[in-house]
Parts: sequence; C-alpha cells; structure tokens
Amino acid sequence: MSNTLQIVWLIPFLPLIGFLINGLGRNQLSKSLAGIIGGGVVLGSFLISLFVFFQVKNGNTHVAHYFDFINTGSLKVGFDFQIDQLSSLFLLIITGVGFLIHVYSTSYMHEEESNDFAKYFAYLNLFVFSMLLLVMGGNYIIMFIGWEGVGLCSYLLIGFWFKDNANNDAANKAFIMNRIGDFGFLLAVFWMIAKLHTADYGLVFKNVDELTAFDITGITLLLFVGATGKSAQIPLYTWLPDAMAGPTPVSALIHAATMVTAGIYMIARSNVLFTIAPFTQSVIAVIGLATAVLAATIALKQNDIKKVLAYSTVSQLGYMFLGLGVGAYTGAVFHVMTHAFFKALLFLGAGSVIHAMGGEQDMRNMGGLKKYMSITHITFLLGCLAIAGMPPFSGFFSKDEILAEAFAKNPVYWAVGVLTAFMTAFYMFRLYAMTFLGKFRGTHEQEHHLHESPSPITVPLIILAILAVVGGWVGIPKVFMPNGHRLEAFLEPIFAQSNAKVAALREAHALSNTTEYALMAVSVIGALIALLYAWNKFSKYEKIREEETGIAKVINNKWYVDEFYNAIIVKPMQSIAGFFSNVVEKKGIDGFVNGVGKAVNYGSRQIRLLQTGQVSAYMLMMVVAVLILFIIQLFL
Amino acid sequence: MDQDISITFPHVLIFFPLLAGLITFLFKKDATAKTWALFSSIITLCISLASIYYASNKALSGLTFNYEWLKYIGASFSVSLDGMGRILTLLTAISFPVIFVATYRNEYKNANTFYGLLLLTQAALMGVFLATDALIFYFFWELAIIPVYFLCSKWGGEKRIQATFKFFIYTFTGSLLMLVGIIYIYLQTSPVNDKAGALVSAHSFAMNYFYAAQLTAGQQNWLFWLFFIAFAIKMPVFPFHTWQPDTYEQSPSAVTMVLSGVMVKMGLFGVIRWLLPMFPQAVAKFDTVVIILSVTGIVYASLLAIRQDDLKRLVAYSSIAHIGLMSATIFTTKQIGLEGVMIQMFNHGINIIGLWIVIEMIERQLGVRKISQLSGIALKAPALTIMLVVIGFANIALPLTNAFVGEFMMFSGLFQFNIWIAAVALLSIVLAAVYTLSMVQKVFYGQVNTLTATMKEISANEQVALSIIVVAIFLSGIYPQPLFDLTKDTVTDIITRFK
Repeated sequence: MSNTLQIVWLIPFLPLIGFLINGLGRNQLSKSLAGIIGGGVVLGSFLISLFVFFQVKNGNTHVAHYFDFINTGSLKVGFDFQIDQLSSLFLLIITGVGFLIHVYSTSYMHEEESNDFAKYFAYLNLFVFSMLLLVMGGNYIIMFIGWEGVGLCSYLLIGFWFKDNANNDAANKAFIMNRIGDFGFLLAVFWMIAKLHTADYGLVFKNVDELTAFDITGITLLLFVGATGKSAQIPLYTWLPDAMAGPTPVSALIHAATMVTAGIYMIARSNVLFTIAPFTQSVIAVIGLATAVLAATIALKQNDIKKVLAYSTVSQLGYMFLGLGVGAYTGAVFHVMTHAFFKALLFLGAGSVIHAMGGEQDMRNMGGLKKYMSITHITFLLGCLAIAGMPPFSGFFSKDEILAEAFAKNPVYWAVGVLTAFMTAFYMFRLYAMTFLGKFRGTHEQEHHLHESPSPITVPLIILAILAVVGGWVGIPKVFMPNGHRLEAFLEPIFAQSNAKVAALREAHALSNTTEYALMAVSVIGALIALLYAWNKFSKYEKIREEETGIAKVINNKWYVDEFYNAIIVKPMQSIAGFFSNVVEKKGIDGFVNGVGKAVNYGSRQIRLLQTGQVSAYMLMMVVAVLILFIIQLFL
Repeated sequence: MDQDISITFPHVLIFFPLLAGLITFLFKKDATAKTWALFSSIITLCISLASIYYASNKALSGLTFNYEWLKYIGASFSVSLDGMGRILTLLTAISFPVIFVATYRNEYKNANTFYGLLLLTQAALMGVFLATDALIFYFFWELAIIPVYFLCSKWGGEKRIQATFKFFIYTFTGSLLMLVGIIYIYLQTSPVNDKAGALVSAHSFAMNYFYAAQLTAGQQNWLFWLFFIAFAIKMPVFPFHTWQPDTYEQSPSAVTMVLSGVMVKMGLFGVIRWLLPMFPQAVAKFDTVVIILSVTGIVYASLLAIRQDDLKRLVAYSSIAHIGLMSATIFTTKQIGLEGVMIQMFNHGINIIGLWIVIEMIERQLGVRKISQLSGIALKAPALTIMLVVIGFANIALPLTNAFVGEFMMFSGLFQFNIWIAAVALLSIVLAAVYTLSMVQKVFYGQVNTLTATMKEISANEQVALSIIVVAIFLSGIYPQPLFDLTKDTVTDIITRFK
C-alpha cells in the first residue's frame, strides 16, 4: 500500500521545472511570463507542502524511496525523502516565504533586461529546489546535495550583477567559506560511513550505540564546522555581510530566512547525536553566543541598512546555536521560524526603502521616510518590535524560550544573551529611527522620487508583518498557558529520543515560575530601555562628519576580522603557492629534470670526442680495455 | 556456452581504429581526412556501445579474444573486456568523436597524417585497456606514446621541441624500467604445456601467468618500483609530473585533450590491472609511501593551480591534483574508494576535455590564454559561459555533477585508510574552489576589455561537443548507478585479492 506522502517528490520537482523553463527559455519569455512561472511553481510547492503538513500533523510520516543513488557493495544511498514534523515545518517556511519573495521580486527586479529577469527567476527556483532537497533528504548525502546546491545558488545570486567585480569577489568568498564548512561536513559523513556503513538518518540514529564517545564527539564537531560555514558563525561568518552585494530579495530569502538556517536544521535533525556529545554542545553554545555578541557589536555602528540587517542575522543565528547548544532544540527551530518571518519582512522592507531611494543604502542619507511610505513604515516597525523581543510579537516567544533554557544550563549564557538582546533592540531602533524618523537627509532628486512601493511589494510586506506579529503564538510558554506550546507538542516525536536523555539532567535545573517571570521582565524592560534610547537619539540624527576613534573605529571596521584572515590565511597561502611555483617547481623538480637532460647532452658530447676516426686510437683503447678486463680477472 | 557468437568485440575495438587510421594516411585532401576521421570514430563509438550492451546481456564468452601468436615464447594476442576495460574503452570511444567535432574548425597542415596518427593513438589506447598479455600490453603502451611525439613536435606550439623532448625523456625512462620488469617477471613464470602435456614454451607472457609468478618479497620490492615509476610518470604523480604542464601547453589542442582525458588513465589502469595483482606484498609495504606522495601532489598541484596565469597550465595542475586523488585511493585498496576510482576515471576524462574545448575556443578566437588579459567574456558569449560554469563546477565536484559521487567515495576510502591523510587530501575541495572560481571570475565576469570585445558566441560544432559533455556530466551525476554496475566485477576482483 503506497503512502499518500509518496507524492512529495513534486515539491522540489516543480521549482526544478521552473528553473529549466526560465533558464532555457530566458531569451524567449516575456517578463510577466517568467515571473508567473517562477512564482507559480513555488506556490504549487507551497500548496502541496500545506497538504503534507496536515498529513504529518495527523500522524502520517514517511520515508519515500525513489531510486538508488549509489548502490555498491560498500555503500547504499537511496534517493530518499524523509517527511516528518521537522521537514514539513521547514517545507512550509521555505515555500511560503519563498513564494512571497518571488512575488516581491517581480516588481523589485522589473528594471532588468528580460533575459536577465528570467535568469534571476531561474536561479531563485533552483535555490528553492536545492533548499527543499536539503530539508527533505532522507540521508546525509541527499542533504549534502541540497547543502552544496544552495551554496551554488547563493554564489550565482550574489554575483548576479557580474559586471561589477566587487559582487564577484563577494560571491567567491561566500562559496569558498562555505566549502571550508563543507570540508567538516564531509569528514563527518565519511566518519559515519567508516563506522556504520551508512549515512541514512534512521540507521545512524538507531545504531548510535555502536559509536564510541570519541567518534560521536568527532562527528558532531565536524558537522558543526559545516554548520558554521552555512549558517555564518565564528569563524566562518564573514561571507554573509559581503553577500549583501546580491539583489535585496535574495538577501531576504537566502541570506536571512532559509539557507543560513540550514546549519540549525542539520543539527536539529541530528539531535540524537548532539545530545550525547556534551563537549560539542558546549562548543556550540559558546560559539553561538560569541557570534551573537560579536555581530551585535558590529551592527551598532554600521550605516548601510543592509549591513545592519546582515549582522543582525548573524547575531540571531548565534542565538539559535546557543539554543541548540543548551539542548533547546524546539526553541532553536521556533526561532528559525519566527526569524524567517521578521527578518524576511525587514529585508523586504529595506528593499522597498532602497527602491524608493533609487538604490541608496546609506542610512545617513535617509530619514523621515515615514511620511512617504506608510505601509513600508508600519510593517517595518512591526518587524523591529518582533526582533527586539517585545511581547506579544513573535520574537519575544522564541527568544525567551532560548534564554530561559540557557539560564537553566548556565546563568552566564543567559547574561550574555540578554545583553545581546539589548544591543539588538538598540541597533534595530537606531536603524528604524535613522530611516523613518526625523528629517530627510538625501538629495532633492531623491526626495522628489520618494514613493510607496507597488502592491507586489507591499502585499508580501503585509502578510509577513502579520506573521511576524502572530507567529510566536504557537509557542506560548507554560507559565502563561499550560498547553500553549503547540509547536513543542508538534515537534515532540523528532526530539523525543534526546528529550528523554536530558530529562533526568534537566530536573535538577528546572526553573520556578518566579524565576522565569523575573528573567522575562529583565529582558523585556532592558530591551525597552535600549529601544527608547535609540528612538530618541537617532530621530534627531544630523549628518555630520565624525572621525571615529578608539573602540568605535575598531567596531566600525568590523573588528578587523577580514584583515586578520587576510593576513593569516590568504596571504600565506598565496606566498606558499608562489614559493612552490617559482622555487620548488621551476628550480627544484624541473631544474633536476632539466639537469639530467643537460648532463646526458654534455656526456654524449664528451664521449663523442672519443670517436676520432683514427684506427690507432681505437687500437689503443682496445688494448687498454683488454688489460683492464685482465686485471679484474686476476682479482676475482 | 554460446559457440555461434560471430562478433567478439575486444579486438574489433582495436583493429577498427587501427585500420581507419592507416586509411587516413592515404587521403590527399585535408577535408576528406578530417571527415573520415570523425566518421570512423563515430563507428568506433557504436562498436563500444554495442560491446557494453552485449556485456550486460550475455555471458563473458564474447568478451575475450585469443590468437596464438608467438606460441614458442609464450606470447599470444589475447585481449579481454572486463569492467574496467569497458569503462575505459567507452571513454576512449566517446572522447575521439567529441574531440574531432570540437576542433572541426581547426585547419591542420597535413591533416591526413595528423588525423591518421590520432586514430593510431586511439587504437593503441584500446589495446592498452584490453590486453591480457604482458607483451601485447607493452607493445600498445609504446604504440600509444609514439604518435604523440610526432603530433606534439610537428603541430605543437612555439616551445614544442623542448616540451616534446622532456615528455620523451620522462616517458621513455618509465617504459624502459617497465620493460626490464616485464622481462624479469617473464623469466619467473611457470612453463606452458599444451593439452597433451607437452611443453610449449618455458615461460609465458599471459596475464594470469604473470599474476601467478612466484616472486619473493624481496623481488616484489624492487619490481614494484620499476612498474610504479613507469605508471607514476604516465599519471603523473608528484614529483614525476613536470613534463605535463609543458606538454599540455605546447601540444595542439586535440592532442592535449587525448593526453589529459584518456592517456593519463593508462597509468591508473596499469596500477590496477598489473601492479596491484602482481605485487600484493610490496603494495602492502609501500602503500603509505605512495599515498603520502600522491596526497602531497594533490595539495601541491592545487596550490600551484592558484598561481597559474595560463589557462592551459591551470587545467594541467588541476588535473594533476585530481589524478593524485585517484592514485592515492587505488593504493588504499578499500572497496568504496576503488568503486569511486572506477567511475572517476571516466568522469575526469569527460570534464577535462570539456575544459580544453572552452580554452581552445578562447585561444582560437582571441589568440590569448593568459587569464590576466581576459575579462567579461560572459557578456559576449553567454552560452559558452553557461557551459563553462557547468563544467567548472563539475571539476570541483559539486553534487549532481558527475565528479561528486566518485570523489565522495574516494575520499571515503582514504578516510578508512587514515583520517589525517584524508583530511589533508580533502583540502583540495577548498583549493579547487579557489582556483576555479577565481578563473571564472577573471575570464568570464567583469567588464569586457578591448581584446575580449571581439569574442564571438559559441559555434554550432562546439555547441554540439560541449552539449554532449554537459549532458554526460548531469547524466552520470544524477544517476551514476549504471557506471557502478559496469565496473563491479573489477572491484570485486581486486578486493578478493587483498582480503
């Protein structure tokens, strides 16, 4: 009897078809047709995903096998899709937010040539396809196909405007940094295959007892290396801010809502392994927290509207890793969801602003946009409140859940996390105030062109704003409502095995209701103060040339991390390559080979001289030779 | 057993291109020679495809051919199509028509000789991949190299004489060492008797006699190196590689494609077919040395590729890195790795020929191969750029392109041999991304310059050749299983020897 979920292949297949049509027909298709195809296929996937979601909600989960990808004596990898609570949730986020961004793009990218327009939608569809493979794959290898596929699409879309080499540099950086992460991911998979002869989720998790503690720590740490690349964590985060070189809807979809959460998905998927690797968990929590703080400090001083959002994404991803590190898997996934709503909203709002400003991204030249673009303004404000963790907006619930569990694990985690939350509220309202409040600081020409964006842009904003407001209500903390956390109940089967393992440990640290209220109060009140301070300060912002000094200058220059990497990795690699190329290869190996050649030449030239053509000389040589042989004979 | 099989494929795969090559010399007109070469190579491809279809449907009886040739010294013309032979003859058979189509617009002086020599090379390559007799193997090994000397020295670039000389010295040294080894082992083989039990010859060149030769550990130790150096030069493995960038740079494009796509596989093939089964004890002893050498080569060549400004040299070093991975994996004798090597030998050939076609097209149009002089070609030739990007990403083994599965399994095999060696080798996936993407960026993206402003879009014949390559990349990338099935028997055979 075949499962109704066997049809899930359609979900990634539709965007693939969209990619092929738009890609191959890019010179023939009109812009509107390209947009309809590009958006339509994702809408189709979304509808099927909805159906799938309700199937899963009713308890129907399924691993669909389509064909053997690799089937040899040593390894069996099926082209399998695993449909369960976790993947169906991600399916909804990817196709839902993805569809809205396709709609938005039809207007945002309208000034492109029609073949570039179709190419853009082809890439976007290819991205959705890859992302879907990533979350649907039934084993680490299919996941890796999607994993590298989204990296490829990210590369193609960051470098979409390839005439400008700065964009290409950013694209290369993104791909290469991701590849460094993939290095870890692949080693982890090789490790699993070496020990368990499989990379299937089901089999790996079932046979996890066959692994030694060393294996598990090694595998999980290496998987985490993969996650730091894709999800922009220390030390591999620097590509994400540069990735803002791509079109803004791309930043919203790929570099905020979906692709960068792949690392969180992967670890949540592998929760069985991570839960029994306490060392790895601590590493994840510390790295996540460090990334959250570092990125937040940088965001404080950025003036490019997209850069602020980019660092804010890095920082929020840090929160999610903190959640994973303390075992708050549900919280991390919850934050992925709410973050997808409000960060996509913020990016698309920023895009609407940039569009109105004629491509301007510097907030110092903005201000007072409130009166020109009311829908963008209101929706953006809602997004800011959500990310700042103001109740009852979505970010409050998910962030609070992570912070509460962090406190249970280690109050220091909580303290740093809450400090980051204050900074988040500050820089987001700095951004908001500099953009929408105060006086307009741009040129007259810009001011003349200011307008609200058309409906393909504003409708997605409105929908996302609604989600950013209410999205958190699926996870109301137990202190407010005993059965309020619907998401936790939904995801329960995924994390059951892990939860059972940590339950015993958690008992000791269970928070009392009073503590939980107190923690909430601290974070909300603190954030509110930061928010109001920034609001007040930056609505009066005047453009002045300020020379940054001291710590401000260091932060403004992003802690000089790029320069540091350049000095310790890029430059040395270039010099070693140069040394190998000029010295070892040319003078060493080739020198030796040519030397042998020359020696043979020289030798033959000398020996040639013996051939004088005089019979007497030959005679002499013969006699000498015979004598030598004779002498040798005597001694033997 | 089927006694009425009239076609036995292996020797047809050798004799047809041989005959076609000899006929080519007779043509007076250049265009006729070129057309004939293309036509005959397509026929060869059909024969090869038929042989594979046949192999999957019938017993192996039609896949060996034996002619008692020099009976009294124990040499016979015996050839056989096993799994590895099938995949490599298929590669040889596909490569030539693709190369002929891609370079169809090139005018070579004395085209009849040029194409005749190329077809002789094809015949000899088939012979190498099919031979089950050491003397025949050696004969074809040499026959494959000799036409290349002439092709390179007559039709090559400016520094062709130097490059050919170097190539000659290297390969000749290797061949001589191998010849010494073959003769020595021949003298250790057991006598051949006919059915009646009468002595036919004192020794034999037959492969199974070579496998069964009683060699002491000491003998194996030095024989191993004689053969290894010969094969290592051919592949090439670090540090025997310096002939390669020069030769690739100076050879005419069609020859470079044959050399890098197919001929380097002779070395890998030689190790699998001859070296591993003959010297199992020496392999067990020297595996780590060889693997470290190969892995050093991977990182070394990848780093060098980053520094190259000449497109041909960049691809040459990239290929050295890829071959290094295959060579390292072979010596682990891990099943998963060997399965990867089998399909990678095929896929590497496809990808690198694709890269050469693109480079050849740029050079023919613009007269330049220097990366620093090129820019913005994507604006002038978008279709070419798409093809190149696909091939480029296949070259760095992106999943769903052909190289991914093979590389994945090879690295997996290396990992099972030693985790640290695997980690060092795996650095190449990062380095490969560095040099490939930076090349794509500098040559294809950015603004056009005065030179590249004259660049024209891909022509019909190149489109055909590159499309075949791109289709092959995706086909075996998405559904690699048929290639695994094709080569299963060879892997099983090696694994059982080393268990």
